Amino acid sequence: MGEGLFSQIFDLLFTTSFAASILRVTTPILFAALGGLIARRCGIMNLALEGMMLTSALTGVVVSAFVRKAVLGDLMPADAAYEAVSGRAVAAGAAAGFLAGVLCSVLMGLFLAYMAVQLKANIYLSGLAINTISTGGTVFALYLAAGEKGMSSSLNSCTMPVIDIPIIKDIPIIGEVISGHNIMVYFALLCVPLVYYIVMRTSTGLRIRAVGENPNAAESVGVNVKKVQFQAMALSGLFCGFGGVSLSMGYVSFFSRGMTAGKGFIGMSAMNLGNATPIGTTIAAFLFGMFDAMANILQSLSVPSQFIASIPYVATLIGLIVFAIQTDRKTKRLKEKHSK
Amino acid sequence: MPEEILLMDKITKVYPNGFVANKDVTLSINKGEIHALVGENGAGKSTLMKVLFGIEQPEEGKIYIKGKEVKINNPLEAIANGVGMVHQHFMLVPSLTVAENVVLGMEPKKNGLFDFEEAVRITEEAVNKYNLKVSARAKVEDLPVGFKQKVEIIKALVRGAEILILDEPTAVLTPQETAELFVELKHLRDQGHTIVFISHKLNEIKELCDRLTVLRLGKSVGKAIVADVTEQEISKMMVGRDVVLKVEKTKAEPKETVLKVRDLRIASDTGRTIVDNISFSVRKGEILGVAGVEGNGQSQISEAITGLLGFQNGSITVNGVDVKGKSIRRIREMGVSHVSEDRMTYGVAATSGVKDNVISDRYYKKEFNKGLLMDKKKIEDLSDRLIKEFLIKCDDRDRAVKMLSGGNMQKVVVAREFSNNPKLVIANQPTRGIDVGATEFIRKRLVELRDEGTAVLLISADLNEVLELSDSLIVMNEGHIAAYIPDASSISDMELGEYMLGVKKQTPEEIARVAYD
Repeated sequence: MGEGLFSQIFDLLFTTSFAASILRVTTPILFAALGGLIARRCGIMNLALEGMMLTSALTGVVVSAFVRKAVLGDLMPADAAYEAVSGRAVAAGAAAGFLAGVLCSVLMGLFLAYMAVQLKANIYLSGLAINTISTGGTVFALYLAAGEKGMSSSLNSCTMPVIDIPIIKDIPIIGEVISGHNIMVYFALLCVPLVYYIVMRTSTGLRIRAVGENPNAAESVGVNVKKVQFQAMALSGLFCGFGGVSLSMGYVSFFSRGMTAGKGFIGMSAMNLGNATPIGTTIAAFLFGMFDAMANILQSLSVPSQFIASIPYVATLIGLIVFAIQTDRKTKRLKEKHSK
Repeated sequence: MPEEILLMDKITKVYPNGFVANKDVTLSINKGEIHALVGENGAGKSTLMKVLFGIEQPEEGKIYIKGKEVKINNPLEAIANGVGMVHQHFMLVPSLTVAENVVLGMEPKKNGLFDFEEAVRITEEAVNKYNLKVSARAKVEDLPVGFKQKVEIIKALVRGAEILILDEPTAVLTPQETAELFVELKHLRDQGHTIVFISHKLNEIKELCDRLTVLRLGKSVGKAIVADVTEQEISKMMVGRDVVLKVEKTKAEPKETVLKVRDLRIASDTGRTIVDNISFSVRKGEILGVAGVEGNGQSQISEAITGLLGFQNGSITVNGVDVKGKSIRRIREMGVSHVSEDRMTYGVAATSGVKDNVISDRYYKKEFNKGLLMDKKKIEDLSDRLIKEFLIKCDDRDRAVKMLSGGNMQKVVVAREFSNNPKLVIANQPTRGIDVGATEFIRKRLVELRDEGTAVLLISADLNEVLELSDSLIVMNEGHIAAYIPDASSISDMELGEYMLGVKKQTPEEIARVAYD
């Protein structure tokens, strides 16, 4: 039986659809990780990634559904003008939903900054509070908007378009893996160099890093520490918002309660594992995304599903331990170097 | 006629708690000189410089820069007025490069992005102009302390500082780094910069500075041209007791040795030697005072004896038992009590009650426990007794310690540390920052302990205290013992000052006398 299981796993993993699903599954994790990266660089552990993503996912769905309905007006599918207006309505709905979802997350990021920076509340408790509010608040808001508590299926929300990449889509295997994804997948990949440039190449990024490491030093040369932290948290919210919208307006066109399912926290772990560097964080996000995709695909096997479901989290834990040991060694080396 | 670039006229600074840090202090500095600001700990040097740099606002007095009156409300305004400061604790971001640290807050930009090459150019320009050799592209965390200091100086210069304040810059440097710094500072002076050099190391002042101003107890008590005065004369101006406090005590009758420290060497994390091969003993029934300017290794000695800090070489034994590798509880059970200089960190648990604080060193012992639970009655009896005995002013035994005054807080510490039948008491700055009543009480208790046969090691930067309370005395200077005075009442303030400031040093044979067997 053992041999049979392994060949089954082999068959499942070495397929183009599995490779493609890694890209798909990693997208929200990567967005969350990038959001967490910017927050940590300014010295704030943004534990609210999860809640911010969840809320923006719902906001995107609700706003897109309402805008679509508003554009369509009273037109029915039977009407002659329906065809012409429908496309416009979907595009308007998707755009509005995207913007609203992202804006919502940015505002939450700023709110968290207000709590932690201005009011000096404990950042961990504030972050957890936002997560808790989001878990309950989204269900409540969903009920108000759709009359349901589980899923938003009665809302006709829109999705972001799928992109076929010319030329590449015709290459066998590679085309199947890389082409034909939702636009958010490609956008996430574009965001990696974008974050790199923001953090490492702009003066705002320099200030964010300085504030995160030694706020006194930054303040002593006239950097407005609070302002920088608010900026960083707004950026953190921005990327988190992208992640939230990609969940509910990417491959699916609905919101379901708790649909982030820990992706914010996995993103946060990826960021820590990558030591808040853009490249390291991206690699770690893909690693976790791969385990997540693996867990999805292996559910069809006779292995207990709980075991499979725990893979991404166990991988996270192992990754963090390896990272901690490495950091410790590095510190010791530095100390020895200095005591010579 | 030299041009006066800075005049601080009759500055008075009173802190909210009523402490007068500066009283009518006048400081006049000429363009292009290195001016030493000297004085003991707590003389008001740092406060005066904080006023100049806009960190503190004076109650009275005026500041003139180049003859024009200025108001300096914050560090940015100080920088705008050409005043730069190199703090004792560096204001640097470790993971950034030197160039990034230098331009932080005024970053050059190109096409909206940070222009790193321009930052490097700005830094290298300053490096070459002022001959401060440091690589612009190096990461600050990889640099030794001396280089970090250079980065701080470059930071100030790039921001247009004409007057550069250096707050005890040599405190963290090795002798080689110090020599290099002096060359650089003289170079800066020759280029027309003005430097305020805060220090209490007289040899350095003699070597580097042109003029000096002496502060004592918050007042300016003298100024001089460095070349015209001897180190003895500077020391005489700096050290001096205001009011002589008398402590009633009989002559000590030291018996057998309790604490034996031999060839002790302690190094900091960065590898700098803080305590350098010292040996001394404290005997039963005597108070051995440790005098010295703060930061000459005294704190590390007390932390090494009590197990808070590891040490590299040598041995520490208490009644013949080695303390190395022993837990703090084991050391305490050997009869070692510790009154730490850092009351809030090592002395008390501020949010806990008086009762919990006085039993924190003995709560686990059999006599305070009944089976699985603590013996409430016994603990309450003990704390009530100690509150009465040590005159701790508190509403009740569960009163959070942080609600008490500094003096009463220290009495809580002392009540715990003195009531455990100690064989050896390490008292580090036991009366710092507390009221006269509590001070007198604690000093009296220390003498009583001595009379009961306890060995006492008293570390204090307060000359009054160390001279009046100690039976014999060692003086620390730069990690070494500079002198051993078998009879503390035989030495004058002046002579003590000369040992403290490194002007005078005893022979190794004289110092070795303190290592009793």
